[in-house]
Amino acid sequence: MTIGLAHYLAVAAILFTIGVLGIFVNRKNIIVILMSIELILLAVNINLVAFSVYLHDVVGQIFAMFVLTVAAAEAAVGLAILVTFFRNRGDIAVDDASMMKG
Amino acid sequence: MDLQAIAFYLLAAVTVISGFLVITARNPVHSVLFLIMAFFTAAGLFVMMGAEFLAMLLVVVYVGAVAVLFLFVVMMLDVDFTQLREGFARYLPIGMVVGGVLSVEMVMVAVTVAANGAAGKNAAPAAPVADLPNAEAIGRVLYTDYIYFFQAAGLVLLVAMIGAIVLTLRHRPGVRRQNISDQVARTPASGMKIVQIKSGEGLSE
Repeated sequence: MTIGLAHYLAVAAILFTIGVLGIFVNRKNIIVILMSIELILLAVNINLVAFSVYLHDVVGQIFAMFVLTVAAAEAAVGLAILVTFFRNRGDIAVDDASMMKG
Repeated sequence: MDLQAIAFYLLAAVTVISGFLVITARNPVHSVLFLIMAFFTAAGLFVMMGAEFLAMLLVVVYVGAVAVLFLFVVMMLDVDFTQLREGFARYLPIGMVVGGVLSVEMVMVAVTVAANGAAGKNAAPAAPVADLPNAEAIGRVLYTDYIYFFQAAGLVLLVAMIGAIVLTLRHRPGVRRQNISDQVARTPASGMKIVQIKSGEGLSE
């Protein structure tokens, strides 16, 4: 059997689901939550590239590049916030992140 | 099964398994290493599809920058990670239900789209044109039609860089730094003090 579009889309769907599941089960560990978001964005990229290749249109790959850019920026800012939070609080429990509640 | 199918199933299986291990590993350092593995195998999938430039970009940007950033932060933070794992078993059932529904829905939509959608008509991926490599094809579109988006992406990265620096910059009190304007403004009158010492008495501090 030949590998078609559906195969790549299925892999992306499973990877996306794993990312969502990771956010569910690691509710306290914000580092793993950030990694789950990276997995979700990777699944989105696989979808974009698969459609781009099978539609014979290179614009999808350009959009995947922009997703890559935003993912890198998001990881950098997220980890910077995490480091600042750790300095102020001494731990990274997300449940305690309610300082600004008033 | 031909070689392409074997390669696809190998890469897909490794991607999915390492993705699953990212969210279940006890040690966050292992999670980051599995994330790197998932990115590498996903880059392999990109190469199989013919998107070589994006595959190399994935390796450079994700494995070279983002994953190493994660690794630095995980190793730098002195956190008890076993305590952060509590609630894992509690949220597992609801997560499994949501994940199962989501997965089945998306795979069904993917199969339908692949069979009936516009992309399904092109059964084969775009054949690489001999005189137009993948990187050149991307560049021709990116630097013409999407030049403003490209510049905006650069701006996003600049803002993220400045934001990360501003967030983590820390001014420690008590650190002696060079003050250039003070040094330049120094004159013989302010930098030197002439003390008259009476003879026979010496100098006490």
